[in-house]
Amino acid sequence: MTGTDLGMPAFPPFPEAAREAVGNEVLRANLRHATHTIRDKRARAVAELDDWDRLRAAGKAVKDHTLRHLDRYLLELEAAVTAAGGTVHWAVDAEEANRIVTGLVLATGEREVVKVKSMATQEIGLNEALEAAGIAAYETDLAELIVQLGHDRPSHILVPAIHRNRGEIRDLFRTEMGRWGRPAPEDLGDDPRELAEAARLHLREKFLRARVGVSGANFMVAETGTMVVLESEGNGRMCLTLPETLISVVGIEKVVPTFRDLEIFLQTLPRSSTAERMNPYTTMWTGLGPSKGADGDGPTAFHLVLLDNGRTDTLADPTGRQALRCIRCSACLNVCPVYERAGGHAYGSVYPGPIGAVLSPQLRGTAAPIDATLPYASTLCGACYEVCPVAIDIPEILVHLRERVVQGGPVTREGVRVRIRPAHGHTAERAAMRAARLLLDRPGALRAGERLLSRARRLRPRRLPGPGRAWTDTRALPDVPAESFRDWWARERKSPQK
Amino acid sequence: MSSKDRILSRIRRAASGPDPEVPRDYLRVHGSRTPAERVDLLAAHLTEYRATVHRTDEDGLPMLLAWLLSRHESVLVPPGLPPYWLSAADPTRIHDRAASTPAGLDRVGGVITGCALAVAETGTIVLDGGPDQGRRRITLIPDHHVCVVRVPGQVVDSVPQALERLDPTRPLTWISGPSATSDIELDRVEGVHGPRVLDVVLLDAQ
Repeated sequence: MTGTDLGMPAFPPFPEAAREAVGNEVLRANLRHATHTIRDKRARAVAELDDWDRLRAAGKAVKDHTLRHLDRYLLELEAAVTAAGGTVHWAVDAEEANRIVTGLVLATGEREVVKVKSMATQEIGLNEALEAAGIAAYETDLAELIVQLGHDRPSHILVPAIHRNRGEIRDLFRTEMGRWGRPAPEDLGDDPRELAEAARLHLREKFLRARVGVSGANFMVAETGTMVVLESEGNGRMCLTLPETLISVVGIEKVVPTFRDLEIFLQTLPRSSTAERMNPYTTMWTGLGPSKGADGDGPTAFHLVLLDNGRTDTLADPTGRQALRCIRCSACLNVCPVYERAGGHAYGSVYPGPIGAVLSPQLRGTAAPIDATLPYASTLCGACYEVCPVAIDIPEILVHLRERVVQGGPVTREGVRVRIRPAHGHTAERAAMRAARLLLDRPGALRAGERLLSRARRLRPRRLPGPGRAWTDTRALPDVPAESFRDWWARERKSPQK
Repeated sequence: MSSKDRILSRIRRAASGPDPEVPRDYLRVHGSRTPAERVDLLAAHLTEYRATVHRTDEDGLPMLLAWLLSRHESVLVPPGLPPYWLSAADPTRIHDRAASTPAGLDRVGGVITGCALAVAETGTIVLDGGPDQGRRRITLIPDHHVCVVRVPGQVVDSVPQALERLDPTRPLTWISGPSATSDIELDRVEGVHGPRVLDVVLLDAQ
């Protein structure tokens, strides 16, 4: 196990967690409704653009080009942010990033911060680190607030509280809000409008007194030092505008070379994620601006923390590195038949769904059971690749990671090239593959085996015995045909042509 | 070795392979429109995102704004707003000053601004902190935002055309409809944090 932390406690292997989730009918119904609604809307929003495929190819190329020269663009970004009055920090891992942010907050003399929804800060477990230092971090995105009040974990990248229904949310607001600030009204009902109003009042009190804001960013522009945050509710604008100090924690892969490159992603990201032509609010800021914050428009101090946390290791793998193109739109979650049934928690990471299944085992390594099973959390149907706005071939990476888990081989961990050993628990699979190779190399033996199987087909058990049992734990054993294809072929070819 | 050097050296060891040319054959604009069609499309998309769209000319503007702002006792005004816009309006004008606190701004019901430009294809207005728009906070805290767009001059077709005309060093805010959330069972609810009511006035050039 490496030091890379993805903001989740120790978690059972995917099959165990998924089995439990699949049995929860409320969860399955919530997820099915959510994923199908978003995926249908998304298809319509994408169909509006005749050049979608070209935008997708351009987005892929911008990201690949940037990753190829990541050192250059990060240095360019640092220079531009610094010139605009910001301060840039570099963090190798979660621990270092947390230490930097905690130190910056403590230096302001404040003991609370308001937060914009951010995958990077969830990934490093920043809230917990701040709490340990005596700093309260308030999530201000409605869904993140629901998750935080419930001492829960997010289950979707875009709509983290999608596993909760309105009744659960009302109960949570009634019991928990008062402990953190303005309580919910006594007679709070479960209408989403009422619930949103309660959240508005509860959070506004925090925004108006907040002096430190913490955010991530969707994009950073190397050329100009511009940071970009896309959102819907306005909580982002609040946190990015009102506090005196703004600290942004951003993964190093979020940089794009030029301001013009945003023309691609500002078209593809909203349509892919919320299925809108454009999200309600986008905020762009460049350091402290030309006036260096002197006119009070925005924070008077800006810190950018550039986060590695396993990203350079991922970059070292030519197949796996394409996961770094991800712009966190979550379209892949909404089309995935496995995510739809297993839910987000089963993935044991802040990154659930297909992208989580390829990203987490790369950022964390495949040593832990959860990470060794994630590459198998897929049917390889390819729907995730089809919808990905930056054309990440998720099935290809899944197969690549399965190979790594089963066979071991060279990987880069914390910047060092090491050779990992095959994972435990795949002995049966390797034996089966060896047996298959033996059999397929000997046509005579294969034919005899097939005939024997056909004749014994009535004796077919429901589950395989011995080492094959693990396979039939999660699958029905297929029927054995009365006749093998080779026998059928031989018979058909002998009979006269019709 | 500093963390910066460590990260950069890891990148230099890791980055290899082909360096793709970025294909820029995607469209600069989706479809061809006359200026009038462009403005109509902007209005349609804004309406679809639950902003309320009004059209008027220079002569009708003061009366329209007076009517839109009549429900407020006071209204926030950026420093460079053309004075005649509010010549018929009753509400007390609150001028945003550096010393204005967020809590102070929270007591104002509405805000009136111009904009830097608007994007027809996405139904977006963009503010860049110009004199007729003021600081980012004034369009955020009050519950009602009235934004005046000069048409057709300030309207572009597409996102690529918008970026071309914007200065990245200015504080930029892109607004597409009022604040919205779908976090509770995917039911769309207007507002949570930003203004819940967005009125967009399309001001025809004369």
